[in-house]
Amino acid sequence: MSLKGMSIISIRDMEKEHLEEVIRVAGEVKRGKHKNFLKGKVISTLFFEPSTRTRLSFESAAKQMGAEVIGFAGSDYTSVKKGESLGDTIKTVSGYCDLIVMRHHLEGSARYASEVASVPVINAGDGANQHPTQTFLDLFTIREYFQDFSSLKVAFLGDLKYGRTVHSLAYALSLYKTTIWLISPDLLRMPQFLVEELRANGSSVREIDNLEQIQETFDILYVTRIQRERFGDPQEYMKVAGSYRITRGVIESLGKNIKIMHPLPRVDEIDFDVDTMDNAIYFKQAHNGIPVRQAILGLVLGTI
Amino acid sequence: MKTYKVYAINDGTVIDHIPATKALKVIDILGLENEGILTIGIGFTSQKLGRKDIIKIENKYLEKEETDKISLIAPQATINIIKNGKLKEKRKIELPDEYVGIVKCSNPNCITSVEKVKTRFKVINRAPLMLRCHYCERVISYDEVEIL
Repeated sequence: MSLKGMSIISIRDMEKEHLEEVIRVAGEVKRGKHKNFLKGKVISTLFFEPSTRTRLSFESAAKQMGAEVIGFAGSDYTSVKKGESLGDTIKTVSGYCDLIVMRHHLEGSARYASEVASVPVINAGDGANQHPTQTFLDLFTIREYFQDFSSLKVAFLGDLKYGRTVHSLAYALSLYKTTIWLISPDLLRMPQFLVEELRANGSSVREIDNLEQIQETFDILYVTRIQRERFGDPQEYMKVAGSYRITRGVIESLGKNIKIMHPLPRVDEIDFDVDTMDNAIYFKQAHNGIPVRQAILGLVLGTI
Repeated sequence: MKTYKVYAINDGTVIDHIPATKALKVIDILGLENEGILTIGIGFTSQKLGRKDIIKIENKYLEKEETDKISLIAPQATINIIKNGKLKEKRKIELPDEYVGIVKCSNPNCITSVEKVKTRFKVINRAPLMLRCHYCERVISYDEVEIL
């Protein structure tokens, strides 16, 4: 199942075979099998809203494989400031490059861009909606430890209401019928229609309030940040944030094989103490952004 | 002799059982403004609906895919296709797989709420009705549906 010429907009567009193809090729890229495969290609990175990790990771990924990168970070110095529509910007930039990577604060902007662009578009985040390359790198990282996703047990902890990373990864795992626990305060539960979607795909899903309620061992704890601004009452925030904090002690109680993931940036939901434990794989996860994005660029451009 | 308040047509499509006062909206959704002669009846007495609207479109036979577009505002409408003064086909409205340019996205942060982009909603569940925005992927239920 080829990704050549395809825009990467949402995990919902993906079949399991697409996910497997990206994971497989990213592994090859990481092992050094493919070199300089983006030479002669021009990639535009259009970041209408700020991002550090994703933009730098895309640009580094592209340059390491020989591509030229053009683009902007923040729309202050572009025609958008003059009132140009997104559609016009994308149509114009399409003529300057072989592929567009974009981040925009409006949900659905990447889908729309892919409909007006004459080159493939990769969504690097559209508001609270999708961030598919993050999901690919999450899946790739999980595969480095666990071969079989269907027997996997994954717990998501924190803000499951607004976190697009969690929504996309949980959806992707549901295609493998992974067992999923959703642990969050009441206020930040995953939207019900998403939970139903996971179940419809064949995952067993349980929603609980705290980690202690899981009586069996599981494989991965995916932690997300609980944002202060989601709470009206600061005291309520402090109480909730405190109870979702991952410490060395919490990890020891979960068993020695548990892997801790986090999309980063982290604030204080995981103790810095945890970083040195073998269980913590979040920095490795972030570094996997390079081979995974290289694989996606190569597959979409048909150069791998 | 029965007197007709809206005269009979010889050839064309009759859309009956439209909820009262929605006839103009139906014309708008179906893009019938420039489609020749339309006869519109508003606020007729109906056993089924209490009050209803009727539209008669002369010399135009509407396909099922077209008339299904009005399912959100006139789910109980009946479509009569008249040829040579005779009823050739009678059908009910069914939910289509997709609504294009009909439903407003309730998400203010959706691209369709900001740029001039035609909205698209996929029907992901029929009963109860659930629609997913093709762009921002938000799911809305029947109660949240707002017609453009």
